[in-house]
Amino acid sequence: MSELFIQVVIEGLLWGAIYALVAVGLSLIWGVMGILNLAHGDFLMLGMFGAYWLAILLGIDPLIGLLIVTPAMFILGLGIYKSLITRIVKAPRLTALLATFGLGIFLRNLAHFLWRADYRMLGDTLVGDRVITVSILGGTNFISVPKLLAAGGSLAATALLYWFIKRTKTGRALQATAMNRQSAALMGIDTERMYMLAYSLGIACVGVAGTLLTNFFIIFPEVGIMFVLFALVAVTIGGFGSIHGALIGGLIIGLIESVGGFVGIPALKQALVFAVFVIVVVLRPRGLFGWAD
Amino acid sequence: MPKEPLLEVNNIEVRYNEIPAIFDASFKIEAGQIVALVGSNGAGKTTILRTISGLLHNTKGEIKFLGSKIDGQLPHHIAALGISHVPEGRGLFGKLTVVENLLLGAYTRKSELEITETLEEVFQLFPILKERTSQKAETMSGGEQQMLAVARGLMPRPKLLMLDEPSLGLMPTMVDKVMDVIKIISKRGTTILLVEQAVRDALELADKAYVLQNGRTVLEGTGKELLNSGLVKKAYLGI
Ligand SMILES: Nc1ncnc2c1ncn2[C@@H]1O[C@H](COP(=O)(O)OP(=O)(O)OP(=O)(O)O)[C@@H](O)[C@H]1O
Ligand SMILES: [Mg+2]
Repeated sequence: MSELFIQVVIEGLLWGAIYALVAVGLSLIWGVMGILNLAHGDFLMLGMFGAYWLAILLGIDPLIGLLIVTPAMFILGLGIYKSLITRIVKAPRLTALLATFGLGIFLRNLAHFLWRADYRMLGDTLVGDRVITVSILGGTNFISVPKLLAAGGSLAATALLYWFIKRTKTGRALQATAMNRQSAALMGIDTERMYMLAYSLGIACVGVAGTLLTNFFIIFPEVGIMFVLFALVAVTIGGFGSIHGALIGGLIIGLIESVGGFVGIPALKQALVFAVFVIVVVLRPRGLFGWAD
Repeated sequence: MPKEPLLEVNNIEVRYNEIPAIFDASFKIEAGQIVALVGSNGAGKTTILRTISGLLHNTKGEIKFLGSKIDGQLPHHIAALGISHVPEGRGLFGKLTVVENLLLGAYTRKSELEITETLEEVFQLFPILKERTSQKAETMSGGEQQMLAVARGLMPRPKLLMLDEPSLGLMPTMVDKVMDVIKIISKRGTTILLVEQAVRDALELADKAYVLQNGRTVLEGTGKELLNSGLVKKAYLGI
């Protein structure tokens, strides 16, 4: 029992770290510009397809592909910001919501059109499907290496982003812009550029997560939907705008999903995540660490 | 040839959603001066400062800084030219610390060494800030926040410092302290545009002053002249 339970917790934490990176990007975009990027999961899907096609067509392993997909997604984020998001920043909230929702549908349809609805999976990757055995509390547990790598990479990316925001001059300007855009402009900060940067960094985050996922997860046009929903719940739990809140929210979601599936009926594990979402919204609408005023 | 003013505001009109708040305002600031802009609530003082910083745009007239037109430029460009605006309500970054707020004030500057120097100067003017470097701005008292806002406004070493009611909500001894600091800053060579409710204090300090009424500059003179003018006495000093 305990051996199995530890296995379930490991599984939950690994997934949680990946959810967290998706949530961190979502939270950053919300925190800086007040836009809920409902297309976030579909950018994740694009990142996955990007890594997939690099591997299939050019034989570039996702581990190397990471170095291509991440900047490519950053640049895609720039383009989408310039062409769409900048126009809706000042629009009423509902308009902005519909615009990112519509963008998500567009990206999914595009993926259906280009690559059909098939489920795809990468074989033959560098990490393969290796498993390591660890002994915890006297029991034997198994950790999937590609999943561990995805979780570790996600945590590293989150830590890097956190460092950037908290410790660099540009990061400080991002925070200032998030807190008071006009006041930030008076400091000489080009707030439009900060918005663009926040959006692109948020998209780059799902580029990282998406690429690492292709090492072990199925790829299909609708794959992002579940991720964006979980990320939304994670961000709500952690508090909109907070990076470490999104991280903790993501880990909590991973654990709920995994442990819930273990003790309850597996089919209901996602419902359980949303039940927690409802409870948090009722009890603490600002989330655990929210700093949005 | 007369000396070119540092800032020149010529017959500007500013609107909020088509409705003018400033109808016709003009004034000049010479380098090195303290210029006061006084007027009752709603006269348009804040609107004028926000227009100079580029947060609002004038629909008529022009604004010149160092001889070149700046109206229509973006706020961060104007800030980079050397205009520092300490806004009404302070505009501090509440979740950031005192020192982070100050460093953001120096955002347009490159040299770390010079920034550290200015930081030390600012700490000399406001010793309380030095003791509170890692306190979050939002947890400071109102008076401390006001000092932080002025200090942050000094961090870019501006050519022109615009202060929107720096004494608002301060007790009288603190108002004196703020006025003293303004005097010191001015002596060190910074030109100052001061918007104040404490009309007497402001006029006593000012080299030059303008009275704003219902969006129009209606009176100008030296601080002394305005202190003795009938209009100012009646409308603002209650004499
Ligand atoms: N955002 C806004 N939208 C519409 N009207 C505004 C706005 N801000 C200010 N006004 C109007 O513009 C006029 C001038 O306001 P402003 O804030 O510039 O006055 P002020 O001289 O700074 O007053 P106070 O001494 O109270 O700060 C007022 O009639 C005000 O109601
Ligand atoms: Mg005002």
